[in-house]
Amino acid sequence: MPSLKDLRNRIASVKATRKITKAMQMVAAAKLRRAQEAAVAARPYSQRMAAVLSNLASSMEGRPDAPRLLAGTGRDDVHLLVVATAERGLCGGFNSSIAKLAREHADRLIGQGKTVKIFTVGKKGNDSLKRLYGKYIVEAVDFRSTRSVGFGNAQSVAQKILAMFDAGDFDVATLFFAEYKSVISQKPTALRLIPTSVGGGKAPDLGGAIYDAEPDEGEILADLLPRNVAVQIFRGLLENAASEQGARMSAMDSATRNAGDMINKLSIKYNRQRQAQITKELIEIISGAEAL
Amino acid sequence: MSGLHFELVSPVRLLFSGEVASVQLPGTEGDMGIFPGHAPVLSTLRPGVVVISREQGAAEKIFVRGGFAEVNPAGLTVLAETAIPLAELDAAALAGQVKDAEEDVADAKDAETRRRASENLEHLKDLQRSM
Repeated sequence: MPSLKDLRNRIASVKATRKITKAMQMVAAAKLRRAQEAAVAARPYSQRMAAVLSNLASSMEGRPDAPRLLAGTGRDDVHLLVVATAERGLCGGFNSSIAKLAREHADRLIGQGKTVKIFTVGKKGNDSLKRLYGKYIVEAVDFRSTRSVGFGNAQSVAQKILAMFDAGDFDVATLFFAEYKSVISQKPTALRLIPTSVGGGKAPDLGGAIYDAEPDEGEILADLLPRNVAVQIFRGLLENAASEQGARMSAMDSATRNAGDMINKLSIKYNRQRQAQITKELIEIISGAEAL
Repeated sequence: MSGLHFELVSPVRLLFSGEVASVQLPGTEGDMGIFPGHAPVLSTLRPGVVVISREQGAAEKIFVRGGFAEVNPAGLTVLAETAIPLAELDAAALAGQVKDAEEDVADAKDAETRRRASENLEHLKDLQRSM
């Protein structure tokens, strides 16, 4: 049975925790709004890019000189899993659900006898994967020093991936991130980066005319495809940023509520015990008086 | 024929969207003027300045780098990795861009990418001199 003093200390500490979680929730809410705006602002670019690419890709289809980024290496042996997670924890199941999806993919690919390489973006994903899959991790970057991810960050990741692709280190690259649905729901998603998946955008109606390409289509594609990789990664990182804040907000909201419940329970216990002690003291006095 | 629908988007935001009279683009193979009713065209852009002319008022100038233009019956769309209104572009920012381009040249692994990167660098230096 804890003493009254223990209970008092306990209540004080839970109250302090509640203050912290409440503050974190409010910070996350403010950051979420900014992250959402950034994700919305970036959408037109990736949509237009997808439209142009699907347009060009259909004209290149089946041609032997199609760029390798579009057609792939013709093999399917070495898979690169790019796992994008947050830099910090305390955001519910956000990091672990992305890591879990990546793990499932890795296990399935290993089961099929393929080689798996892992590229982690973000500290938390690296932490949770390195224990079991440490030997597969070929590259790890984190953005701990940057306050909000910019296109430059995505570009540096894309450059590393493209350099690995050019060196023939892998055949297929897949990006793992959490798609932002709402504050309470973020969906871990796997997106194929290389070979480029097209078909997302709708080609505009040209009314029978054909594009005049300058320089030729192949060269435009060679220029656009690497850029598309960066854009896709950027989109993934922005979605991730919004998802992380959303997940943190709801996690901290429930933590705040739980702390409140706990304070209520502890207060009731404290009051009961105080009452019991008073009663006990009274009984002692009365029975002492009666004995005289 | 009414105006030309023009959109300029960078990964970070939609910089410009609306009806314009014409747009001048720094294409890789030479400058192009796009007027309403232009035939469909796809083109890569070299680092340079996009000039947007409206029916009235002064022309708007925007610096782009790593760009791509598409003309279709719906209008003109420019996708640019970097897009900065010329008014906000000062010597320091441009020097930063030149430095980036120099790094690209240094990073290039094969002759083709190096050729492209050094071309970009030349264009940027031209622009720097003209400022």
